Amino acid sequence: MIAFLRNTWRGLTSMRTALTLLFLLALAAMPGALLPQLSLNASKVDEYVAQHGWWGDLLLKLGFFEVYATPWFAAIYLLLFTSLVGCLLPRTWEYFKQMRAKPVLTPRNLSRMPHHVQAELDVTPEEAVARAKKAMRGWRMETGEGTVSAERGYLRETGNLVFHFALLGLLVSFALGKMFSYEGQVIVQADGGQFCNGGIFNYDSFRPGLRIDGTDLTPFCVEIGKFSAEYLENGQPVGYQADIRYQSGEDLQTNTWKPYNLQVNHPLRTDGDRVYLLGHGYTPTFTVTFPNGEKRTQGIQWLPADQRTLASEGATKFDPPGVTDSEQRRKNQIAVTGLLAPTPLLHGGILNSKYPALNNPMVAVDVYRGDLGVDDGRGQSIFSIDMNMVEQGRLQKVARKNLALGEEIALDDGTKVRFDSVNDWVSLQVSHDPTQGYVLVFAILIILGLGVSLTVKRRRVWVRATPRDDGRTLVEVGGLARTDQAGYGEEFTRLARAVLNEEKS
Amino acid sequence: MPVDETLATYSDWLYRSALGVYLFAIMLYAVEQAFARAPRKKALVGAGAPIPGILTDEPKSELSRTERIGRMGAALTVLGALLHLGSLVMRGLSAGRAPWGNMYEYMSLLCLAAVVTWIVLMAKFPIRRLGAFVLTPILVLLFLGGTVLYAESAPVQPALRSYWLVIHVSVISISSGVLLIPGVTSILYLLKDSKADRFPKLPSADVLDRMSYRTTVIAFPLFTAGIILGAIWAEAAWGRFWGWDPKETVAFVSWVVYAAYLHARATAGWRGRGAAWINVVGFALNVFNLFFINLVTTGLHSYAGL
Repeated sequence: MIAFLRNTWRGLTSMRTALTLLFLLALAAMPGALLPQLSLNASKVDEYVAQHGWWGDLLLKLGFFEVYATPWFAAIYLLLFTSLVGCLLPRTWEYFKQMRAKPVLTPRNLSRMPHHVQAELDVTPEEAVARAKKAMRGWRMETGEGTVSAERGYLRETGNLVFHFALLGLLVSFALGKMFSYEGQVIVQADGGQFCNGGIFNYDSFRPGLRIDGTDLTPFCVEIGKFSAEYLENGQPVGYQADIRYQSGEDLQTNTWKPYNLQVNHPLRTDGDRVYLLGHGYTPTFTVTFPNGEKRTQGIQWLPADQRTLASEGATKFDPPGVTDSEQRRKNQIAVTGLLAPTPLLHGGILNSKYPALNNPMVAVDVYRGDLGVDDGRGQSIFSIDMNMVEQGRLQKVARKNLALGEEIALDDGTKVRFDSVNDWVSLQVSHDPTQGYVLVFAILIILGLGVSLTVKRRRVWVRATPRDDGRTLVEVGGLARTDQAGYGEEFTRLARAVLNEEKS
Repeated sequence: MPVDETLATYSDWLYRSALGVYLFAIMLYAVEQAFARAPRKKALVGAGAPIPGILTDEPKSELSRTERIGRMGAALTVLGALLHLGSLVMRGLSAGRAPWGNMYEYMSLLCLAAVVTWIVLMAKFPIRRLGAFVLTPILVLLFLGGTVLYAESAPVQPALRSYWLVIHVSVISISSGVLLIPGVTSILYLLKDSKADRFPKLPSADVLDRMSYRTTVIAFPLFTAGIILGAIWAEAAWGRFWGWDPKETVAFVSWVVYAAYLHARATAGWRGRGAAWINVVGFALNVFNLFFINLVTTGLHSYAGL
């Protein structure tokens, strides 16, 4: 039994197994790049599964659409992890022994070394040894009777171990980060819209780590002020920015706001959370004047349908005011849907947008009246109306028109819909990851360790001076690079020249 | 910021001239490779051999005609690299930003890194005649970049307006370019390393293996740093340092493959052919990452496209 365990352990920690596991890891990670992933784009996954029949279902069951969360992916990296630990422990032990060890004694036959030169010199053996010691200053040296053995490049193993331990550290911090991090997105109206990190429900979408239940998010608030964007002539955006105010920590008690200029690539970092400016769009505001004279004004974000021109689509929904009977109310709900063109381009009455900035914006709207179906308990997109209601005839299109700012449509029952104004909205992302600082530290150690271990070479030099009968001295120099011979030749040549050829020149 | 059209035009001219010069260099290298005699099998230089340059001085032989053609090829390669560099500099000046903001410019920088690596290697190893094998894939990449993937000189979109564009993209591009060389030399190694020795004119398998290793060892830490710099930028731009975006994933996979290469070279049974195959796979993954991930899949790196 013990033998079995020992053999398993040895097998697991051998280089060959590590190599196999590295391949498996590479192979297993690939589907994540080739197949749509749930964490990146869930609707694409649905589409893929629907298109590929049993094959799609099988891939779904085997977890190919969430590769990095599957048991088989975890199994590979945990085995690799174990193998790495098993490899590192004995090496660390060995390393500390090596650190105190003396360079190996000069071998009897230096001519067997990969690098070797010899010469007869007019010096005494003692002088030859002294000269060798001078040439190899900075090396770890051991002098014997007429010999010097020297070794250097211990940093290689140091770097190698630092690299591998940093890799372990990075993986552990990454895993912990997955437990305690969260990410949430929210759309906030510019010119005064506020968002507070009070709970999950304040977000439009929220992705929690495994140990986050959303009950104790760090509180902070942001208020979006003026948003501005800059575009090239062809509509390509050049830069976005939003002037915001925020409060966090003690400022929440004292109700103090601090200003910040939020830009792409310049997130707001406050109290362990980061707030990013991801994108923006437009919010048209409509005022509906009902037949009884009451007015309702509403502005809700529309979704950019074309990123280049920011032609946006959406649905602004109204409830008739003062109607308490739910039956009556549901017959007279109003939705204004259609297309918003920031810079209108009219082509035979068909509205489109030619530029993303606001320039006498227009809307092409369809006005629906009837039952919007918002009361039946099912969630509904804020950007569109429920087409089932239209198909069932419970929601009817009652008008269609292009409107410029301030223009209005009159419906058959005397209701009026006016297009008031257009404002900006911004989409924000809030990210929280308590371990990312550690990940960064380990990443830096990885680069340093790797650089050192791949550039430093562990190498040895031996010198032996043997007195000759004629009074001269035979000086031999042998060299061996312990890890990789490549590139040692030049240095050895230089050293050997210092030991042998100095007085010849 | 307005684009300076004149400089942009100069940049395009220089790019095209560099391509022409490279093509000419390839032809000269090919002539040298075709007409050179296979290296004579020298007696094994083993124990006790004198240090070259210290104790003996080999008399310099007269340059043969083929050798002179090869040297012209090398000189043209240097000239091509200078024109190539000039085209990138002009591009950068005309757009007023680092000249690696789209796929055309990225590939141009990548190829320049590969050419410069090759020039350095030519100075260190007796491998000049392989120039045709190395420059051909580079020329193909440059040609694709200059035709189907060509993009006008223009500013970049907001997410790319960051000093990280300068750092991350250049490091990744340069390290990928350097890694192109061991990819090619590993393929040559696989051709050379057979019992029959069907390619007597190629340098010895040992030289090819050492070249591959030494180049990979320089590029790998650079590539690692490039990925990590990308992660740091991603944290500032996208709200997380790692999100398994397709580009990130394939970069991770090829990182693992190059790590496997380094381990394979220290593992009995994997040295030599095994390691060479792994290096070729790593190179293939980099090419895949450049073309497939940029052009076919959609991810956050999509704007790296055209």
